[in-house]
Amino acid sequence: MSLGDCCYEAIISLRQNFLRTFLTVLGIVIGVMSVIVMLAVGKGVQNQVTSTIESIGSNLLVIFPKRQTSNNVKMPGVGSVNLTLEDAKELGFAEGVDGVASVIAKTLQIQYLEANTSARVSGVTPEYNELREWNLLYGNYLSEQDIKRSSRVAVVGLTVAKELFGRTDVEGRIIRIKNVPFRISGVLAEKGSSITGRDQDNTILVPLTTARKYLIKSKYPRSVSYIILKVKEEVDIERVQKNLELLLRVAHRLRDDEKNDFSISNLADISSTAETATEALRILLASIAGISLLVGGVGIMNIMLVNVTERTREIGIRLAIGASREDILRQFLIESALVCLTGGCLGILFGIFVSFLIASFTPVFVQVSIASILLSFFISIGIGVFFGWYPARKASLMEPVVALRSD
Amino acid sequence: MPNLISTDKLTKEYTENLLKPVRVLNNLCLSIGEGDFVSLMGPSGSGKSTLLNLLGLLDVPTNGEIFFDGLEITRLTRKKKAILRNISFGFIFQGFNLLKRHSVLDNVMMPLLYRKVSRKEASESARNVLEATGLIDFVERLPNQLSGGQQQRVAICRALVMKPKLILADEPTGNLDSVTARQIMKILCDLNCDQGITVVLVTHEREIAQHGNRLIKMRDGIIHDDETLR
Repeated sequence: MSLGDCCYEAIISLRQNFLRTFLTVLGIVIGVMSVIVMLAVGKGVQNQVTSTIESIGSNLLVIFPKRQTSNNVKMPGVGSVNLTLEDAKELGFAEGVDGVASVIAKTLQIQYLEANTSARVSGVTPEYNELREWNLLYGNYLSEQDIKRSSRVAVVGLTVAKELFGRTDVEGRIIRIKNVPFRISGVLAEKGSSITGRDQDNTILVPLTTARKYLIKSKYPRSVSYIILKVKEEVDIERVQKNLELLLRVAHRLRDDEKNDFSISNLADISSTAETATEALRILLASIAGISLLVGGVGIMNIMLVNVTERTREIGIRLAIGASREDILRQFLIESALVCLTGGCLGILFGIFVSFLIASFTPVFVQVSIASILLSFFISIGIGVFFGWYPARKASLMEPVVALRSD
Repeated sequence: MPNLISTDKLTKEYTENLLKPVRVLNNLCLSIGEGDFVSLMGPSGSGKSTLLNLLGLLDVPTNGEIFFDGLEITRLTRKKKAILRNISFGFIFQGFNLLKRHSVLDNVMMPLLYRKVSRKEASESARNVLEATGLIDFVERLPNQLSGGQQQRVAICRALVMKPKLILADEPTGNLDSVTARQIMKILCDLNCDQGITVVLVTHEREIAQHGNRLIKMRDGIIHDDETLR
């Protein structure tokens, strides 16, 4: 029988058993689709978390002052005086430290003409940008000169630019922070939200000295809100952390029985925790996908087995009128391949479609991977074709009279 | 008359699910000449259907040989057996055994398609045979839209479309009323007389068996009686 005749035969048979064909196709569609969607969500979430962590920098240490206690009342952090520019300078020379930046920060009101917004204003030293690996979209970053001269220049985050101007190319404009005019020297590139969900782009960077002079006044002008340290790539971050802790205790002249008056947080800890969590999520989703593929596969297998078993008599008739074993096998193979290909292609389409639906209607990120498409497609088709072929092979090996006798 | 098909010490035993093998055919020797119309009769279990299935290569014997046109055929490969069934044998069954999802035309065309005849040529040949049997108006129908007699005529058409040398009919009238049965038998007789096709027929009914020119009665796997009618 020619290939064309075989296809014609297959279509006749599939059309006559429309419901069964439909169910088989559905089984494959669901199997393929669920694998694609689950893996896409898993991969998307993992990427999202990884990129969030990378946006902060995983080899950074951040030192905060402990809140000061005055008559057992804990005072807000900004007023803390026990972390100073001198501390930062000293820690910068410590072993394994690649760079250091001091920051004083406060949330303040920003104005441009009629528009106003509030943003986190950080007075920073020039190293800050380098440590945070934060690129500029437009303009220039704060310079050493700006720090020395306490210039009233600001680098604004994307959210601030959009809030105030409705656009992003805003370098050179004058904005007012706490009613003090600042010239925008540059616009920061998008960074997205932090692990805690805070919008990192709702920020303004000004020279540390300027901030002290005009915006965040303090009785203790040398104090800072926090210090960021970059640890060299190749060294053990925890060892550096221990060393810094010792150095700071000495600098702060703490006795052995006194607690630290500062805290050091390690972003690598946070990121590894987050990565473990997303990895677990990904494994969970992948196992659910695997199970649905298995269930789909068993469904396909059942229908194929029943289909061929039910048609043993037909195989007997065909053998009696002169079909060879190869004719029978080819016919069933083409039939199951046709069903599985249809199901597989529909499954891919639906999988991609549903992934995009999830991406557009939920905050979950998805990333459809070619590997998941190929994996699910070939597994489903493999199962379908095998279980279409195997019983047909068995039936074609029967003596025709045995096949004819079956009901 | 030269032999078309003959058996030598043909034996068939069934062992499935049974402790002791049951011998259905016992060293049976039979020669059927070209152009013969042989009726096989006998009680149930006498081995007449088994003999027919063995002759048509639908089953394999436990022992013995079958010669078709002088050639031993029981040990041929599956593929060669399939070709022989396709080209030289035509089967007619009691239950018609039509492909129920295929139209009358598709059913009759099927043997040709297995010989890789083009769909167009196959359709032409099938239509010719159906025309001769008076079924040309039913080509597009499905088997279950036809009466039993019509279905059996379609089955005969399917058996004839390859112009076989031998027709093997297993109780072809068993499911039909006597009027229709007579029509079917007339077709078979005509094929035998006009086209010289050899017919081997298995039946229970004496009246049906009378249509042949040779009546073989079987009992317990051997030939009990062999009489020439005409």
